[in-house]
Amino acid sequence: MATVASALSPAAPVPARRRIPRALLAASLLVAALLLLPLAFLALQARGVGWPELSQLLFRRLTLNLLWNVVRLGVVVTALAAVIGTGAAWCVERSDLPGRRVLALLLILPLAIPDFVVAFGWVSVLPGVSGFGGAVLVMTAGLYPLVYLPVAASLRGADPSQEETARTLGLSSLGAFRRVTLRQARPTILAGCLLVSLALLAEYGAFEILGYQTFTTEIFTEFQVGFNAPAACALSLVVVLIGLLVLSGEGALRDRGRVARSGNRRGSSSARVRLGAWRWPALALLLAVIGVALGMPLGVITYWLLRGGGSTLPQGASVASAAGITLLYSGAAAAVATVLAIPVALLAVRNPRPGIRLLERSTYIVQGLPGLVIALGLVFFALHYLPFLYQTSGLLVAAYAILFFPLAHVAVRASVLHAPPALEEVGRSLGGSPLMVRWRVTLPLIAPGLAAAFCLVFLSAVTELTATLILVPTGVQTLATQFWAYTGNVSYGAAAPYAAAMVVISIVPGLLLGRRLDRRPASAEAAP
Amino acid sequence: MSAIRVVGMHKGFPATPVLRGVDLAVGVGSLTAILGPSGSGKTTLLRVIAGLERADRGRVDLGAEVVDDGRRFVRPERRRVGYVPQEAALFPHLTAAQNVGFGLSGAERGGPRVEGLLQMVGLAGLGPRFPHQLSGGQQQRVALARALAIEPRLLLLDEPFSGLDPTLRAVVRDEVRGILSQTGIATLLVTHDQEEALSLADQVAVLRAGRVAQAGPPEQLYSDPIDLEMARFLGEANLVEGTVEGRLARTGLGVLTVRPPGPGSLALAGSALVLVRPEQIAIGSPGGEGALGWVLRSEFHGHDSVIEVTRTGPTLPEVVRVRVQGSVHFPPGSVVRLSASGEARAWPTPSPGERLPGEAPPRAVRRAPGPIDPS
Repeated sequence: MATVASALSPAAPVPARRRIPRALLAASLLVAALLLLPLAFLALQARGVGWPELSQLLFRRLTLNLLWNVVRLGVVVTALAAVIGTGAAWCVERSDLPGRRVLALLLILPLAIPDFVVAFGWVSVLPGVSGFGGAVLVMTAGLYPLVYLPVAASLRGADPSQEETARTLGLSSLGAFRRVTLRQARPTILAGCLLVSLALLAEYGAFEILGYQTFTTEIFTEFQVGFNAPAACALSLVVVLIGLLVLSGEGALRDRGRVARSGNRRGSSSARVRLGAWRWPALALLLAVIGVALGMPLGVITYWLLRGGGSTLPQGASVASAAGITLLYSGAAAAVATVLAIPVALLAVRNPRPGIRLLERSTYIVQGLPGLVIALGLVFFALHYLPFLYQTSGLLVAAYAILFFPLAHVAVRASVLHAPPALEEVGRSLGGSPLMVRWRVTLPLIAPGLAAAFCLVFLSAVTELTATLILVPTGVQTLATQFWAYTGNVSYGAAAPYAAAMVVISIVPGLLLGRRLDRRPASAEAAP
Repeated sequence: MSAIRVVGMHKGFPATPVLRGVDLAVGVGSLTAILGPSGSGKTTLLRVIAGLERADRGRVDLGAEVVDDGRRFVRPERRRVGYVPQEAALFPHLTAAQNVGFGLSGAERGGPRVEGLLQMVGLAGLGPRFPHQLSGGQQQRVALARALAIEPRLLLLDEPFSGLDPTLRAVVRDEVRGILSQTGIATLLVTHDQEEALSLADQVAVLRAGRVAQAGPPEQLYSDPIDLEMARFLGEANLVEGTVEGRLARTGLGVLTVRPPGPGSLALAGSALVLVRPEQIAIGSPGGEGALGWVLRSEFHGHDSVIEVTRTGPTLPEVVRVRVQGSVHFPPGSVVRLSASGEARAWPTPSPGERLPGEAPPRAVRRAPGPIDPS
């Protein structure tokens, strides 16, 4: 009988369009404005410098050399990271490689070690590791997890019945992998590659240690050593341009990369591919990667810790006091970034309209900006408009919050999907005021996402170096800046404890977070 | 006095009017079903009554209180209207008991009242469970208990049974009706399932083109629809061509009594379409009065069967549906005689260019109803 209803159907169903809460919209606009602040002030600064001087600074041999350095390193490292990350993910998730569970853990741990510490690990004992070759080695080791992590998650979440269907249609196991699995993982691999490219563009510390000249090292030198703001500004514009270019590629991928899931089964039930005689070479390769990325830096830190050693530098901050400062800054930044992400995530998830989507997208731009550029933008802003802010902790925390906002946003956004507005409405009809309903219903539901956002930002802020060097108040030392001061002076023994503290602080919550994220399948609902 | 009265309510979203002048009243203690196809604005109507949306125009009264008339607007938390949205919408981070106690004051939350409500909906002892540990039917009942906890003046149920599988649906439906008649709370239930509306409600209101097209007791809507569209929408309809003279309609299925037209409408004379429900038609072996036809197929429902009969004659629909007792059986291809009796509604035959609402466009070649070959 119910089918007769269609005879009376007047029009297509009307999606329930909800009124946009004004306060939420205002808060989100404010957040977006804050995020775009550094970019805006960079542009203002460039206008102040004037085009004749800018063009003189831009169109010279140096720019071309830097561009060549950035591009060749970007291409080689991204390609290597894609191959290693995808191969490792396949071995761990789809083959019968021995020791898969331990390997899965060891393969993501390098994320917790900042790249400048990896570089330190190599250079402090093998000074020959430098230049282009050194940069390729260190950066590939440091960045391949950015491909490994999402690809492994997507392989784990992929529906094995598609691979099985391909087998019944006559494909070999390798053919099925190539034409079904790899084809489906391609958007994920490319997204990982873009993350690698952006990280390469933003990296400063490792290149400085390795003596490899890129835009960031040059900008830093111009600004911090040469006090040449116009030159730093001009080169920053180039970096921003490259970053936005890479990012726009990401946006295009996001729209094309939807993969439909027809079944609910998980990859765990599919039969693993037998490696046979290949298992030992494969294992050796993975162990080598782990050795370069994890074993070497950890071993070298331990070596310097045991060996100890003084420094000709005046006594800096103790490990404990530097760690305290670092925890304080990172905690504040994590709290601020998480709070900033809440209105944007709520607004974007619950009101998916073109205008709102644009607003949300504008916050993604931050991903394309290196920390150095954000820090410079804030410096220009403070110097010109609010000089009393310059050299304060507040400005550094703001820079962290802006820099790592995208991390917080992704985590909060995923959790807002689990708190549908229907629940708030039921709460209202049961007599709860809007504020009370937010407190008793929405907050508990998004709390896990807030915790994840806090952890992600906290971890990243603990190991941040570049923006910290520029913005940290005079006389204050964080773990990263004190480590940097000692390594700059070749006092490796004195630097090691600070590196060890950073790694310990970031590995523990990193492990917890990794396990939490690991349990969740990487499905469409988590994707922004 | 009505528990709720809606007068001339308009509500739309940018570029899409949804409700265009809804009038509706629900008596104290009665259960009214809003029936309409998906997209007809049923949910929007409930949301406006609950205060989750504001009406663009018109007025909503709860008892003697005006809660929305364009100027005055009572916020949802002040309305004391129990709202059970689709799919129960239990708070996933709270247990069943905490869900039920959500709208109660702090002191009452842990008290015997919550346990009493759970008992009333047949879930005694399941209070400590979380929503994901409950079945769909149990979740629905927790949602009902949660809404009843605030002693609402009015209960709104949005497609409360649509998420349940068919066998469970009937059981939960019966239970919910039992609980509602126990509490005596006026209830407004939204559904797109005619059977649900007709079997459950004291009053059915059909929402069409943003208005309440017809409202009344289920029997009245079924036997006395206001127009052809309504006749086809509610229940199965055979529309038979005939001639009306006075109170008699002569059709290919026999002579039927025409219901007196409602006040204000003109008496009918001349050619007309007569609504004959499947259970008004008797089926038998050839011989005697009525129309002959071929059995096309029969649907067996257990308690009854619907037999489709075709090639009955030019004035009858191509397929006539007849409801018989489950034990009656005619094999496909057998020749039968159909005759109708009782009261029926009739409407003037639409002019040739007009199509019946809901009817498929005329086919280029109509199968000629040939003479029956009894071989």
